[in-house]
This record gives sequence, structure tokens and C-alpha cells, in this order.
Amino acid sequence: MYGGGYIFDEPNRKQLREEEQHDEPEKLAAFEERIAKGEKIEPGDWMPAEYRRQLIRLIEQHAHSEIIGALPEGTWITRAPGFKRKLALIAKVQDEIGHGQLLYNAAETLGKSREAMINDLLSGKSKYSNVFNYPAETWADVAVIGFLIDAAAIVNQVANAKGSYGPYCRALERICYEESFHLKQGHDVFIELATGTPAQREMLQDALNRWWQPIMHFFGPPDKVSSHSEKLMQWKVKMASNDDMRNQFLDTYVPKIWDLGLTLPDPALRKNEATGRWEYTDPDWDEFFRVINGGGPCNAERLQVRKWAEEHGRWVRKALMRPAERKTFPVA
Amino acid sequence: MSYNAALTDLIIKMADDELIQGHRNSEWTGLGPVMEEDIAFSSMAQDKIGHAWALYRILHENLEGKDPDKFAFHRPEKDFKCSHLVEMPNEEYGFSLMRHFLFDHAEAIRYESLVDSSFEPFRMLSKKVKGELKYHTLHANAWIMQLSQAGEESYQRMQEVLNNTMALAAGIFEASPEYENILVTEKVYPGEAALYQRWLDRIYPILVKASLNLPDIKTITPAYGGRQGIHTPYLQPLLKEMGEVFNLDTEASW
Repeated sequence: MYGGGYIFDEPNRKQLREEEQHDEPEKLAAFEERIAKGEKIEPGDWMPAEYRRQLIRLIEQHAHSEIIGALPEGTWITRAPGFKRKLALIAKVQDEIGHGQLLYNAAETLGKSREAMINDLLSGKSKYSNVFNYPAETWADVAVIGFLIDAAAIVNQVANAKGSYGPYCRALERICYEESFHLKQGHDVFIELATGTPAQREMLQDALNRWWQPIMHFFGPPDKVSSHSEKLMQWKVKMASNDDMRNQFLDTYVPKIWDLGLTLPDPALRKNEATGRWEYTDPDWDEFFRVINGGGPCNAERLQVRKWAEEHGRWVRKALMRPAERKTFPVA
Repeated sequence: MSYNAALTDLIIKMADDELIQGHRNSEWTGLGPVMEEDIAFSSMAQDKIGHAWALYRILHENLEGKDPDKFAFHRPEKDFKCSHLVEMPNEEYGFSLMRHFLFDHAEAIRYESLVDSSFEPFRMLSKKVKGELKYHTLHANAWIMQLSQAGEESYQRMQEVLNNTMALAAGIFEASPEYENILVTEKVYPGEAALYQRWLDRIYPILVKASLNLPDIKTITPAYGGRQGIHTPYLQPLLKEMGEVFNLDTEASW
């Protein structure tokens, strides 16, 4: 899925600036020239400390979003109606965990271990996409997540796949390929409900109404208030502005929703044909920041589940770390 | 007892085991001790549920069974014939792993025996399923071996969980004498007692290699009842959850 468009700020940027000053100007110039030429940066290459730190933050948040994102949909695996849906949903959520694995591996090439990343997730230091701090209340939520949130993530990930860091780009290429199947799966459930019984349509409309604000939040605050520097764009860490990605998403998907006779809970939502841009009521950005900082309806629950997995799996990981006393077997 | 009724009974037992075991495997999604295990259990869940689906389809197409979705998602608990082993909640990973090991070897042996069954749909299905089970048992063996040999805590856990799971696993092979005889005579499959013996012969050397002690099978009381529709308290809530959406409207297309 699921890399949210928004890279959350770290609480303290002081240390960053100090390290930045230690970057050697000649190396920095050569590095920036490589990026300008469209070359990929690889793990052993010289890179500015700030670049490394921003990438770790970006990829790590993306990885966390994959494994936390598996949870709201995962709760519907056991309730999916019928064999086809049950099998498709298991496969889909399994892919998301696989994406998490790929992304943690990509982030590890920058020098932070998977364990350290998971620890930061559990302690709340490291963030994940806000959208997963909302509950998936009905089966129709699976349709909305699978169709629209995956679609939003694809907009973001296709952009990021053209970034400058080789391992991340390669992981994203594979992820985008799988995501396009997820989108089809989500779309299929979405259409089934939209063209189904009155109760099914009502369920879908209700889910759309509830998810609209989190979806509008997905790409992050408007460009006019977003604090991300031009530097990240120049280094091709961030590949598109929040507003541009949001606009691209609205342009592709709002007509598809309206075509099905469904509505979106924003009377101001319309495309300005003159500018080619979508106009909408600003979602509640205070809510966005409240949720980032732990105040969403499911923040505690999501982390609780991850903590359960960490605590109950500890003895297994310990056993894997321990050199086998007689013989080693490749596991999995 | 008619041949068709006996065959129907066997298919339902096999399919219900696969469905419920697959359902339990799928509950590990997002919760595994390492991400790789999450993925492995999800993968096996898909295979098991796929096997169940294939078996319900055989029933539907050859033996006047109901539509597979309705049969699986909208059937009273007493009509399920799964074993108690698969009904048990996942609890700790150690139990889930041991159940996976014991169940998958039992399943592998069952499908191996169907390769030359007189019932053609079994022959066809077993060819496909056998290939998948090879990986399931490989996975189970590797983990049992690894965890049994990686220090005291992990070894103790594996031995304890084996002791507690054997009676449940032996319940897989609960006989149904009124049905079985005709199937054995007609060479559909070799019968539960024969499969039980083959299963013991298969798991014993692996457990020895892992330094685990197989509990004395003469002293265990197999957990029977599932095949007759008598279940643990864990099945009903599972079925309620599984059918929650489907049963909002069983005529709707989901």
C-alpha cells in the first residue's frame, strides 16, 4: 500500500543541522551533480548525513505503514464473505507485510537495523501513515481502503520510485507492480457493493463518508504550510508536492466515484476547468496533527497489537539468533 | 450405508479441517514473531482454504452438495465435522507451529494415499495438493528442528506443546466405522487406522532428530467427537465471525 505522502517531522532537528555542517563541500557538489544527472545513489556511495537521515525516516515510515496498515484490513480476513474474497484479502494483506519486509531491508542498507526501527515504532518515536489510525468498521471499509487508499499510495509511490536512492527505488518498483493488483481487488469489491443491494450501497456510502477526511489528509498538509525543504526535492527524496499528488488523485478517482452514483461529503468539491485544479473544503488539519501525535481513534490499539507481536515473538527471535547447537537449517 | 453418503462424509471431514485450519493460520496475519513467519502462515492459509474450496466444489459437482460459499459460510456448527485440533485458538506461536507440524504431516499422508484412489476427483486433487504440502511440511520440519535446538527455553516450550497437542492431533484420525468400511472396500482410501499408523511412522524420526520425546501414544486419549459434530467451545464463535458479513444477506453477491 501504503506509503503516506507525508514524511512526518522529527521532533528535534538540532542534531541534524550540526551534522550537516560537517559534510565536505566538494563531495556534496559531486553528489548533487550525480543526482541532477539522474544517477542512482547506492548504499556504499558517499552521501550527506542529512540525506541519509531523511531517507531512513522516509523508508522507515513507509515500512511501518505497511505493517501497521495490514492491521485494519487484517481484522476482516476472518470475516470476508465467501472463498474468493477471503483468499484475495489474505493474499493482499500478505503482500503488504512483504512490502514491509522489502522496505525494512532497503532502510537497513542505510545503517539502521530492523530491530531499531521496530523499537522506534513501538516507542512512538517513529511514525506511520495517519490513515491507519482510523477503524475499519464494516466490510465496505475494506473496499474503500483497497480501492482508494491503495490508489492514493500508488500516486505517491510511483513518484517516489523515480527518486535518487537505488535500493528504495527498486523496492518501490516491485511494490507498485503488486499494488496495481490490490487496486483491482479493491475496485472489484467496491463495484460489487456499489451495484449490489440497497443495504450494500448504504454500507459503501457510509464508509466513503467516514474515510473521506483521512483520504484528504493522506498526502499531507497543503504546500503553503508544509515545512519540507527544497533540498529534499533537489536530492530527489521527495518527488512531488503534497498538493500536486492530491490533485492527481482527485482527478483520477473522484469521477469514478461519482459515476457510480455515490457522493462525497464535501459540497465544495469540484474541478476548476479553467485551472485544471480541484477545489475542495480544507480538511481539518488540527485533527491531522492530533492524530499524528497519538490522538487518533486507533493509535493505541494499533501499537498494542504490534507490542503483543513483539513480546510474544521474542523467544522465537531469540532462538533464531542463537547459533544452533548441532545443525543449522535454513528457515522459511 | 451408501457409497455416496460415505464419500460425502469423508469429503466434509477433510474440507472442514482444511477450512478451519486455514482460518486459524490466517489469524497470524500481522502478528507473527517475525515478518517472514507472518508471510508463511498467510501463504499456508491460502493453500488450506483453497483445498477446502476445491473439496466443497467436488461435493457440489459430484455429490449434489450445496454451493461452496453457502455450505462453508452458512452451516450450523453441529453439521461441521472438523477435528478438535484445528478448532483450538492459536494462542502462542509454539502451539500454532506444533499444530501446523502435526496437521500438515497428517494431511500430506492423507493426500499421498489418494493418488491412486478409485474416486477420480481425489486423484486429480491430490496431485496438485501434494506439491503444495511438500513446502508446508518442509517449513514445519525446519522450524521444529530450529526451535528444539536453540537453547533451553525454546526446547522446553516445544516439548511441552508437543505433550499437550498429541491427543488433539490423534483426534484427526477418529474412525467412522459405519462409513469407512465401504470406502476401504471400494479403494477410495485406506481408512483412518492405516493413516494414523503411517503418520506416526512419519513424524517419529523427525521428532527424534529434534530431540523431542513423542508422548506414549498408548497413554493418550485422542480428542474425538469432531467427526460426529461434537465440538469444542471454540468453533461456534469462529463460525459466527467467519459468516458475519456473508450472513447479512446470503442471497446477495459479495
